[in-house]
Amino acid sequence: MITKRIIPCLDVKDGRVVKGVNFKDLNDVSSPVELGKYYSDCGADELVFYDITASSDGRKLFSNILKEVASNIFIPLTVGGGINTLEDFDRVLKCGADKVSVNSGAIKNPGLISEAAKRYGDQCVVISSDIKRVDGEFRVFAKGGREDTGMEAISWIKRCVDSGAGEVVVNSIDTDGVKKGFDIEMLKAVCEAVKVPVIASGGAGCAEDFIKLFKEIPDIDAGLAASIFHFGEVKISELKQLLNKNNITVRL
Amino acid sequence: MIAIIDYGVGNLFSLSSSLKAVGAKAIITGNAEEIKKADKLILPGVGAFGDAAEKLRKNGLDKIIFQEAKNGKPLMGICLGMQLLFDKSFEYGEHTGLGLIPGEVIPMEGSIPVNLKIPHIGWNSLKFKKASPIFKYIKNGDFVYFVHSFYAENCAESLIASSEYGKEITAAVQNGNVYGCQFHPEKSGTVGLKILKAFCETE
Repeated sequence: MITKRIIPCLDVKDGRVVKGVNFKDLNDVSSPVELGKYYSDCGADELVFYDITASSDGRKLFSNILKEVASNIFIPLTVGGGINTLEDFDRVLKCGADKVSVNSGAIKNPGLISEAAKRYGDQCVVISSDIKRVDGEFRVFAKGGREDTGMEAISWIKRCVDSGAGEVVVNSIDTDGVKKGFDIEMLKAVCEAVKVPVIASGGAGCAEDFIKLFKEIPDIDAGLAASIFHFGEVKISELKQLLNKNNITVRL
Repeated sequence: MIAIIDYGVGNLFSLSSSLKAVGAKAIITGNAEEIKKADKLILPGVGAFGDAAEKLRKNGLDKIIFQEAKNGKPLMGICLGMQLLFDKSFEYGEHTGLGLIPGEVIPMEGSIPVNLKIPHIGWNSLKFKKASPIFKYIKNGDFVYFVHSFYAENCAESLIASSEYGKEITAAVQNGNVYGCQFHPEKSGTVGLKILKAFCETE
């Protein structure tokens, strides 16, 4: 049986993990390499590195760090942030990424997904979508959730999958940061619409939120979170034990 | 020395790092002489079967790999690299493989229940079918990481491990000195590293 995946997400800016991290047993809590290793050792099924650097110097630094992370961690690595062209795909894949996640880049140029899927395979292309309810429909937002694109989210995601995206990350802006649980309604709508793996993001506040996610949406493949893992509010090893006790298949 | 065969398909960074992590000396090469000189070979690969088989043939590497394996050199195919070891594949048409392991590669679509997602992506457990030297450091039920939409069939003779995904899917095969893993050992955490280490110790 395939397992449900637990994925920590690390935002990296100018070579450091941002959004405060709080681990007593780590020497350098802001080092992407140290933190990546830590998560890999405590049972994370995959890591997502998000480059939120704006400058080209920062981007170069990110590439170097990615290489170091990738040579030390032997679980799948997804990289996102600033992916606008095939050259961006190439750059991060050469540094050891296994999958590349696109958001604004695909909104600006919808051909990007099909071109990347053709060159690197569907399994390599992840569509990551920031979604918010507007006027009673799910709307796609761009630029880190700041800009309403006016596009209806479910049909947009379907289009991306038809073009070759092999996985979907759904980040609900409505539940993000609220810590009251994942956006079950939105995630269900996406799971019903596509046949590729769907990763839930936005809203996890405690371990029980993951149980609820996997129980209420049997089709969901993974739960992604950042701050609750970074602040040690939820320990991945304990979370997986708890999921296992609740008859949810995980890799222990 | 292990030669990771480079024929322009896929990302060899992780594979090379993971071999380094288990203390093996490895080179990434598409050079016939270096491949002949190596003690062991790893055939990686992602992408489409037809393209990959064509690239191997174009470089003449198909004949070299076949001959080296027939001479008894340990060879491991990973993911698409494993699929290439078989007689043929029905991935978008019909393509000839290396013919080192009897069997064929077919689409998951149509052979697994419709409610299951394709590609088969994620961690799944291994069910041992036969003892194999590459399993000496791991145990039945250990989890490994898969990403694929096609799988090997009609290979009961060489099947050493399967995984459950609506039905039993070929996870690992062995035919003498030729090994294949459908999953990615280089992405399967410590379990994967132990498989690579065991392969490095085969003779």
